[in-house]
Amino acid sequence: METAGSVPNKISNPLWLLAELTYKCPLHCVFCYNPVDYTSYGEELGTEDWLRVLRQSRELGATQLGLSGGEPLMRDDLEIIVREARQLGYYSNLITSGIGLTEKRLAAFKEGGLDHIQISFQDSSREMNDFISSTKTFELKSKVAQWVKEHEYPIVLNVVLHRMNIDHIAQILEMAERMEVEYLELANTQYYGWGFVNRDHLLPTRDQVERAEHVTNEFRARIGDRMKIYFVVPDYHSNRPKACMNGWGSVFVTVTADGLVLPCHEARMLPGLTFPSVRDHDMRWIWYDSPGFNAYRGDSWMKEPCRDCPDKAKDFGGCRCQAFMLTGDATNADPVCDLSPYHHIVTDAVDRANVPGKPVTVSPILFRDDRNSRQLVEKKQEPTTETLEGLQHR
Amino acid sequence: MAERAPLTTDTVPELPRHFRFQWEPAQNAHVLLFPEGMVKLSESAGEILKRVNGAVSVSGIIKDLERTFPGADLGQDVMDFLEIAHGNGWIRPKQDK
Repeated sequence: METAGSVPNKISNPLWLLAELTYKCPLHCVFCYNPVDYTSYGEELGTEDWLRVLRQSRELGATQLGLSGGEPLMRDDLEIIVREARQLGYYSNLITSGIGLTEKRLAAFKEGGLDHIQISFQDSSREMNDFISSTKTFELKSKVAQWVKEHEYPIVLNVVLHRMNIDHIAQILEMAERMEVEYLELANTQYYGWGFVNRDHLLPTRDQVERAEHVTNEFRARIGDRMKIYFVVPDYHSNRPKACMNGWGSVFVTVTADGLVLPCHEARMLPGLTFPSVRDHDMRWIWYDSPGFNAYRGDSWMKEPCRDCPDKAKDFGGCRCQAFMLTGDATNADPVCDLSPYHHIVTDAVDRANVPGKPVTVSPILFRDDRNSRQLVEKKQEPTTETLEGLQHR
Repeated sequence: MAERAPLTTDTVPELPRHFRFQWEPAQNAHVLLFPEGMVKLSESAGEILKRVNGAVSVSGIIKDLERTFPGADLGQDVMDFLEIAHGNGWIRPKQDK
């Protein structure tokens, strides 16, 4: 151990493996949490690499497997990965936009033992407009939902909410009802990756969030047990941080498309840490012994106000990446917490958002695509929203 | 939300669709797996859920447990756990489909 005393006596085993199989994606969502510099990464892992990652992680005790991306359907070896996951005893969850799903592939996933499919309704205003005007995307999604149902999967729909679509919540709920959705996750945007660079375009007003919750509660009362609805409030609108990843290196592990192993899908951004690749190390060494995974385990890294906080075992000081993005120091308290001396950074953003109508920002909204990613890589030296002026989406 | 019908000794419980019960060597425990979640079960909870198969009634499960662990009067403990499991949506009365 590099820093004695920085880790708890006993390191728990991982339970959740998130496999970000590819960063390729047919969509260009402005709220995507994927890293903005994905075009600068090395080659994607091959099939054999992924099968090795699955085996090694399963030996450590991981049970839940998220197959994500990017759009995981862009990998033509997904069928092989699904089959191996089932044989190893994972509970496998495919997290997809549904774009590119065919009946044939779905049948192969079912046959291979895929446990669960979450369809996300993703492409921000373009798709939302499509839906509201009842055009082709809605028909495509409905068809995918129907196939999913025919293969006896529950219909699980995820809708990312933000300033531009949250007022359509009633239509979104009606759509879910028509699609006979069983689980609906209404997740407000988290401000990471593309979501962070577009934050001022996406952060809803407090009124918008309250109205949306109200409409959702009325709908819940009407629909009863037929649909289970989760409404995830944006953390900028709360005053205590989320228990990010249930604690660093505690249950969650992400493997990126190019093979890095991370304690959360955003941790790559943190300075001063190098995360190992599955091309060079096995998962056991990475989880238990790598300096990156031990960096924020336990609480000896904490500063005030976290160090003596009675909630430190409950929320772990919030999110290291959010602390770094907003304060420049990952060992600070997550500034969502109103005990943080930097809390004003969050409240200022919310106050700016509370002006209704157009966002008060000069930077254009950035769609998640290769061109914008390459431009952001060039501008990486100063990763603030101010440096993004002049970038155009296609 | 609709009230759940209470369990009786005649109820035949089953796992909901998409729930999986399995032994985890790394946890040294039985677990219940479901979409994006997992419950780690105590030894006794594991013994009870092992017998939930959509074919045997609650009284049959109790009898089988009392055969496996003779001398114990398990009826109330089993019922209490099954009520909790039902309340959490881990089991449900068998549905015809």
